[in-house]
Amino acid sequence: MKRFSWFNATSLTLGFAFLYLPMIILVVYSFNASKLVTVWAGFSTKWYGELLQNEAFLDAAWVTIRVAVFSSTIATILGTMAAYILVRGGRFMGRTLFSGMIYAPLVMPEVITGLSLLLLFIGIGLDRGVFTIVLAHATFSMCYVSVVVSSRLVSFDKSLEEAALDLGCTAWQAFRLVTLPIIAPAVISGWLLAFTLSLDDLVIASFTSGPSSTTLPIKIFSAVRLGVSPEINALSTIMIGIVTIGVVSFSIMSKRNAVRREREERAAIHAT
Amino acid sequence: MKRLLIAVPYFWLLALFLVPFLIVFKISLSDVALARPPYFPQWQFEEGWSALTDYLRALDFENFWFLSTDDLYWKAYLSSLRIAVVATFFTLLVGFPIAYGMARAPLEWRPTLMMLVILPFWTSFLIRVYAWIGILSGEGYLNQFLMWLGVIQDPLIILNTNVAVYIGIVYTYLPFMILPIYSALEKLDESLLEAAEDLGCSRFTAFWLVTFPLSKQGIIAGCFLVFIPTIGEFVIPSLLGGSSTLMIGKVLWEEFFNNRDWPVASAVAVVLLLILIIPIILFQRNEQKNREAEG
Repeated sequence: MKRFSWFNATSLTLGFAFLYLPMIILVVYSFNASKLVTVWAGFSTKWYGELLQNEAFLDAAWVTIRVAVFSSTIATILGTMAAYILVRGGRFMGRTLFSGMIYAPLVMPEVITGLSLLLLFIGIGLDRGVFTIVLAHATFSMCYVSVVVSSRLVSFDKSLEEAALDLGCTAWQAFRLVTLPIIAPAVISGWLLAFTLSLDDLVIASFTSGPSSTTLPIKIFSAVRLGVSPEINALSTIMIGIVTIGVVSFSIMSKRNAVRREREERAAIHAT
Repeated sequence: MKRLLIAVPYFWLLALFLVPFLIVFKISLSDVALARPPYFPQWQFEEGWSALTDYLRALDFENFWFLSTDDLYWKAYLSSLRIAVVATFFTLLVGFPIAYGMARAPLEWRPTLMMLVILPFWTSFLIRVYAWIGILSGEGYLNQFLMWLGVIQDPLIILNTNVAVYIGIVYTYLPFMILPIYSALEKLDESLLEAAEDLGCSRFTAFWLVTFPLSKQGIIAGCFLVFIPTIGEFVIPSLLGGSSTLMIGKVLWEEFFNNRDWPVASAVAVVLLLILIIPIILFQRNEQKNREAEG
């Protein structure tokens, strides 16, 4: 490792300090007793208590979770279907348009996606609420899911599916018994990605939500416009904590699975 | 069976992606009206053919003409492009050394470093932008720290300026820059560098003649991944920027929610998309070239 010089060490240290310091400060100051966020006045958890009594935030959190669960589930089903068609579907009419519609939402500015969906919902007279946000989130998330799943589908051996079909499986059985278990990690990460995208989205939700369906990001945004508040710090800390635990445990789990699979494959090769 | 499999996602995207966009285009050709919905003309299917021709005649490109004559929109498009270019440059400046350090780090550290880069990406964008308000404000942590050090006497004004917007963009989009550069640098064969040095290159020339050109694809991909979403950015300019920060995403939002001018907001959206098409096509080409080079 002769090239891991002091230069690399400093750039990594400074880089990760830049990435993490703002969030660490946010977390530390959420335990600040003072109402003035930038002045430290001793340790306290009172802002967490106040947060739990704030009905408006709790309602918004509940709306957000419901939207995220429904939209990411729909997005995962549709996105997996779309990926399967794009990778295994061969030629069909309008394939170019289809792949265009899968990739376009990934680069579309959120303000345009939000505006266009709102104009559609008004045009067909659909009342805005949880349902319309779910539709909107499922639409852009399915494209992300499809990209994640298709990268997995491309890399695995098609002959496994063909073998299942030769051995008398129907197409559905081959998918359920062979393809799905193999692409499952990608499907799960697609679902997680869709879920966090939905939790995180402010712009599209602002366009497609109604008066009774304020999501957490909308609530945070309107509170934050008035400046920093200790309650928002507490809320941010909770969200950062959940994400950190989720990502770390998911990556440990998938690493463990990969190691186990490798061991099993090696054992299978030895057995033959 | 296969047909059904194709039909469901296909129609979903047609109905919720393509059709809405056509509606935006249609409304961008209409005029604003004091009605619900607030634009004119409108056409119902039952009104028949002659009403449709009247309707089509009433559509025009007036809103686009308006965009080209009103200074605000020109300035907003240009300033979005400028902010995106400058911010992309700074993201590259900050991101490249990190990616380089990661690619040179001991092998057993790399998965952890990789996870540390990806983790902020899973954390709420809004919260990451919000964190900077407390740091950059007048009585914020940065000013407190600098005054404690004695570097400055009076607090710096950073929040609600373009500098804060640049910082926000660099911070939130950094992972998008680091990951493609890292994956290009990681593949780099270290013996090439040794060969260059054996042949008499200094470390710096070796970097400039070998490492840099071989990581070019990653740099280009990273720059596009930062540049494209930054142009239409809304959250960062509205939370960290000031009244003088002009970005087109913010203009569109205000046109729609504050002025309730749907036709002009739609026209702004159509032009924004036309501007984005060029970098998107260039990005796609670059990706294709990468894939061909690998395959």
